Amino acid sequence: MNGKPPLLSIRGVETWYGKIVALRGVDVDVYKGEIVTMIGANGAGKSTLMMTICGDPKAHAGTITYEGIDITNAPTHEIMHMSIAQSPEGRRIFPRMTVLENLQMGAAVTDMEHFDDDLGRVFELFPILKNRKGQRGGTLSGGEQQMLAIARALMSRPKLLLLDEPSLGLAPMIVKQIFDVIRELNESEGLTVFLVEQNAYHALRLAHRGYVMVNGEITMTGTGAELLAREEVQAAYLEGGRH
Amino acid sequence: MEYFLQQLINGLTLGSIYGLIAIGYTMVYGIIGMINFAHGDIFMVGAFIALIAITALGFVASTGIGLIILALMLVLVISMLFAAVYGWTVERLAYRPLRGSFRLAPLITAIGMSIALQNYVQIAQGARVKPLQPIITGGYTITETMTENGLFAVQLSNIQILIIVTTVILMTLFSLLIAKTSLGRSQRACEQDRKMAALLGVNVDRTISLTFVVGAALAAVAGLMFLLYYGVIDFYIGFVAGVKAFTAAVLGGIGSLPGAMLGGLLIGLIETFWSGYFTVEYKDVAAFSILAIVLIFMPSGLLGKPEVEKV
Ligand SMILES: Nc1ncnc2c1ncn2[C@@H]1O[C@H](COP(=O)(O)OP(=O)(O)O)[C@@H](O)[C@H]1O
Ligand SMILES: [Mg+2]
Repeated sequence: MNGKPPLLSIRGVETWYGKIVALRGVDVDVYKGEIVTMIGANGAGKSTLMMTICGDPKAHAGTITYEGIDITNAPTHEIMHMSIAQSPEGRRIFPRMTVLENLQMGAAVTDMEHFDDDLGRVFELFPILKNRKGQRGGTLSGGEQQMLAIARALMSRPKLLLLDEPSLGLAPMIVKQIFDVIRELNESEGLTVFLVEQNAYHALRLAHRGYVMVNGEITMTGTGAELLAREEVQAAYLEGGRH
Repeated sequence: MEYFLQQLINGLTLGSIYGLIAIGYTMVYGIIGMINFAHGDIFMVGAFIALIAITALGFVASTGIGLIILALMLVLVISMLFAAVYGWTVERLAYRPLRGSFRLAPLITAIGMSIALQNYVQIAQGARVKPLQPIITGGYTITETMTENGLFAVQLSNIQILIIVTTVILMTLFSLLIAKTSLGRSQRACEQDRKMAALLGVNVDRTISLTFVVGAALAAVAGLMFLLYYGVIDFYIGFVAGVKAFTAAVLGGIGSLPGAMLGGLLIGLIETFWSGYFTVEYKDVAAFSILAIVLIFMPSGLLGKPEVEKV
């Protein structure tokens, strides 16, 4: 895109769990300012890719570069200090911490200087969290937990936001609200987003570009609209063929 | 009534020492899910370092009170520092390399570390008990009553005041550290979800090391108290006190910080009251029986968190 190097570049990445191969040579580029999505069925390797970017587990082969720096073998906590943030699969809210403490943890990589500003900003995006401020994370509803997971990720002021299935198990209304926030962050602040989803329809409509992953391999790529129009995608990931 | 009051004072003193040790068990369990069997021996090492430091500084009871307090604070810092180094080393050498291996592995090395520390002190310091001349003497008589057996006086010694006050101060500071500071927050985050903590940029290995360091330092405080209170130590004190403190941690709810403090106090009280009203011989049985009964009705301890959580 415009001849600029990608913000995140994944080249030939292979990841293994013991003797099971989960990623078989994945190539993905994410450019600054884009929303890129990866769709795939359950077990395709989407979460593994998200976690491999963050160095847990480490890629057995291939390279991952972020802002031109090779992060393939960097420890997770160092990668997360490079303005990458993830809202992981299952949300992983700290259950015995309050909403506020969860957000403070999100800002752990910062020097806390902008904490109040950033807190105000995520409360504007997700007003419900403000009401739940003192409540323990474990007592929130699924939708609130997802909002908190994204808000927590935003507290580190990331340039690249990794989102793993934010729509999973949520009511359509809430999904729409969350996807609207993602779009708004991208449009108004130029936040780069890499979104992994089984919910292909919404994800492809939101994203500028998309990839399809099957069994740890990329089988298709194109703009969101292109992929939505393809029969194979419709058959496998949209109504009727959803599995 | 007077007798009761005296047992209460004694029990609180003993419970303070157990509570300080129990914190180390519970925090390590909370963060990596293992019982650090060597923790009682870190307490013992702390007591020995305190003894060495006191001997080196060469102060005795007749030294002025101001100087004694100053010197004891120095001794406290020295034994906390050294014990912290021991705690850090144990984790680094014996537990970290085994992280991610089968669950029993670190438990086995923990027992190994415990034996190694005992033998090391036995060789370096000798197997015989080491006495310490009383440094802090005196105290207050709270009440005196005539009984059939003569005059009974409820005594609160200066050393007991020192132990209880120091413990209260340390536990308050420590609770604040865990509840309010970013360091404490990271510690709790690692306890609840290590993978997620790492995803938020927390250096998990360093946080685990720190947990060992802090636990060891608090155990060293207990070591110094034990030394001052009983006046004798040997290489084996870590085993007995360790088992008691571990029992305290389980009673309070392993993994729970207030639980460890409460459990420590309770075990101390149960032990003294049992010895005071029944017989000294079965005081350990009493403590363990109460533990067993509590665990039947409250499997995760008095203040422990239930295992199931909403996802
Ligand atoms: N921790 C793990 N240990 C072993 N195998 C795993 C682990 N996590 C995922 N896998 C396997 O790797 C494959 C990809 O899983 P995952 O990345 O979670 O897929 P997705 O997120 O697309 O549903 C699956 O076959 C899954 O069973
Ligand atoms: Mg997944």
